[in-house]
Amino acid sequence: MTSALVRFAALVAVTTLLGLSAACSAPSTSDGPGGNARQAAAGDGFVLGLSSEPDNLNPVLGYAPDGGSLIFDGLVSRTADLELKPALAAELPKTDDAGTTVTFRLRTDVRFHDGTPLTSADVAYTYQALLDEKNNSSLRSDYAAIKSVEAPDPETVVFHLKYPYAAFLQRATLGIVPERSLDRPDFNTRPVGTGPYRFVSWTPGDKIVLEADPSYWNGAPAIKNLVLAYAADDNVRATRMAAGEFDAAVLAPKAAARFDGTAGMTVYRVPSADYRGVMFPMEAPVTGDKAIRKAISLALDRSAMVKTILAGAGSAAFGPVAPGTSWHNAAVRGSDTADQAQAVQVLEQAGWQAGPDGIRVKDGTPARFALMYPAGDSLRKELALAVASDAKRVGIDIELAGLDWDAIYPRMAKDALIMGYGTPFDPDHTNYELFHSDFVGQEPFNPARYRDSEVDALLERGRRTADPAERKQAYDAFQQRIRDEEPWVYLVYLQHVYVVRGEWTGITPSVEPHEHATGGLFRDIAEWKPAS
Amino acid sequence: MSRTLARMAVWRVAFAVPLLFAVTAGMFALAKASPFDPIRQYLGDRAQTTSPEVTARIRENWGLDRPLIEQYLDWLGSLLRGDLGESRSLHRPVTDVIGERLGWSLLVVGGAIVVMLIVSLAVGLPAAWRRDSWLDRFITGTAYANEAAPVFWTGLIAIWIFAVQLRWLPSGGLTDAAATTVRPGDVLRHMILPVAVLAFSQSSWLLLFVRESLINTLREDFVTGARARGLRERTVLVRHALRSALLPFITLLGARIPELVTGAILVETIFSWPGVAGTSVQAALAADFPLLAALTLLATLAVVVGNLLADAAYVIADPRVRVLGVS
Repeated sequence: MTSALVRFAALVAVTTLLGLSAACSAPSTSDGPGGNARQAAAGDGFVLGLSSEPDNLNPVLGYAPDGGSLIFDGLVSRTADLELKPALAAELPKTDDAGTTVTFRLRTDVRFHDGTPLTSADVAYTYQALLDEKNNSSLRSDYAAIKSVEAPDPETVVFHLKYPYAAFLQRATLGIVPERSLDRPDFNTRPVGTGPYRFVSWTPGDKIVLEADPSYWNGAPAIKNLVLAYAADDNVRATRMAAGEFDAAVLAPKAAARFDGTAGMTVYRVPSADYRGVMFPMEAPVTGDKAIRKAISLALDRSAMVKTILAGAGSAAFGPVAPGTSWHNAAVRGSDTADQAQAVQVLEQAGWQAGPDGIRVKDGTPARFALMYPAGDSLRKELALAVASDAKRVGIDIELAGLDWDAIYPRMAKDALIMGYGTPFDPDHTNYELFHSDFVGQEPFNPARYRDSEVDALLERGRRTADPAERKQAYDAFQQRIRDEEPWVYLVYLQHVYVVRGEWTGITPSVEPHEHATGGLFRDIAEWKPAS
Repeated sequence: MSRTLARMAVWRVAFAVPLLFAVTAGMFALAKASPFDPIRQYLGDRAQTTSPEVTARIRENWGLDRPLIEQYLDWLGSLLRGDLGESRSLHRPVTDVIGERLGWSLLVVGGAIVVMLIVSLAVGLPAAWRRDSWLDRFITGTAYANEAAPVFWTGLIAIWIFAVQLRWLPSGGLTDAAATTVRPGDVLRHMILPVAVLAFSQSSWLLLFVRESLINTLREDFVTGARARGLRERTVLVRHALRSALLPFITLLGARIPELVTGAILVETIFSWPGVAGTSVQAALAADFPLLAALTLLATLAVVVGNLLADAAYVIADPRVRVLGVS
């Protein structure tokens, strides 16, 4: 296996080189009429060039839980500004006063693609199958709050929760599958859903073909044939986009630059909640000192990271909740550029004095620690290099270690790590597990081993309170506290970059999560209409 | 002759059984020694937001917490019952995954073998005939350079020339990205580059062998005799010399099958060809043991059967041959 991996790595390296040279020499798209010419050809599909192919197409087993599936609908879906709206549910659900019983009423006009009507039994089955330990669903952890699901009548579904959980509704975007679908031998690859597109075929490693459902409950999509084509390499996607093979594609920021200003193409740079930050182990001697963390945060030149590493497609980050979402605390901010003087002042006040080799020392301990990053992730590697060089300027020595995740896990409690997370939907998601002291020692949860009773209380209040205003207050205070203590130093928020050929109405960018499985800009392609 | 063949086949099968056992045992030992945690690979990005309790449960469901020897015997038992298990990453029976891709692999590899044979004969023959001419030097020089070049390099150069620069052929995939059905003409067009690259990269050995063997045969008495009888040069070359020179060629073809399998893995990966060979790379990266084990067995089997077929062909082609231990 190792030799296969080595050969594969060499292959990837060469592909990248080739892609780069191709990117330099490929002709511009002046050799066609551009615009909607290709879409007009009968029988041809609208082709999306995507980066990562799903392993299976079953929502129960982890396919597009945040509503990115075009084949399935959830009970609820999201508007562009991330408000929940009913989808398969007739209206937003009722939660009882205790906050532990959530009742959904379903639409009565919905049919699966095979013609069978949707009932509450299908909904209950979907969630029960997900929670069934035997099914090994990769999502089960996210739905741990559910105690049981009932279907008292065909139109009603009742969720019983273990504890009041305000963010539960955000999880109800999970696609609904027909009852007993896991018993069908081919369901994972020939799925049947209620969504705007029906499954046609899947050539693994290549593409998935979908067709519009003309009787879709929310109106038939304007794009009739849709092809999801997969190409993992960033440069290959850019080349195929330029060659006219794709009608729209997800691109790396640097690869997208050449499409700016091309006639008939629009580049979308969509803000995301997808952050990169440095996790500091709180129990380690150097990083456990708040002055060190503060000084690093001050010494970082975040604007340079955005400009050079992200090719401008991003913004500086100062906390775990993304700007642009209603949960963001506007008071949590900082300077985009480095403030070395203040960083030095913080260090000296705390007793870190410059040593003979330029590295600061306090009580005989040099200001030195290791910063890990996943070896295959070039973005995190470049960020780690930038952090190390900025820290060096104020006398903190960071040793970099590019490792595989299996080597990183056992070291999380001792060494710092470049992390990437972030979901715009609810601040409870991931933050509860990353910062609540209950999870200390349960890596990958709370990897910093951060213990703060104030943060614990705020996270619990946010989770158990139903009133949005009170929740907002709790999470504002949480963000402020994390900014003050800086158990993590946040670096940048990424932008996701898309290129679309032709003129369309109905494209609605919205703040996107870390995971790309949600479909990003393409999540509502069913509502795109040709302009003019 | 058929008796000889049957005895040889039985002999080889008897030999193949312990070999396959050794391969499966080796695979299990390697999987155990591997530092990659299959559950973390299975969860992917989500591994970082999954509680240790869920991870432990999946480990238990997959039986990874049991002793290695128990897991091995279990797997072996199912294998003997014809059950290859379920792919962990794809959530489908391994037989289905392999079944739907094997045909595409055989198409490319089969096509490549045919092209390889034709090219090495068509090019090796003139090289031997006009030995030490500029043509011979050019052919052997190219063949040595090609033998040294890795397949993925040849493949990427071919993509760059024919797909990116000239735009004559598609750069990858089974059909056009926009095509919603699989049409034979479309597949044929997409097949050209992978087949050509695989055949080209594997043909150097054969070509050089044909040349060498032919040069030796041309020195033999019966060739001189044929010439002395005043036969046309073409007849001497093709009917007499080549025929005799070809015998060891068949065995060599069988011996090249492992190389062909490795080549197919790289070619399928470069050209996004949906075959079994490219899938083994995915299975390896996902630490998807049931799938990887079945694919490794399949590759072993291909080598064993390929050698058997080559030797059988030898027996048919040359009645003088008596395979060791059989006659």
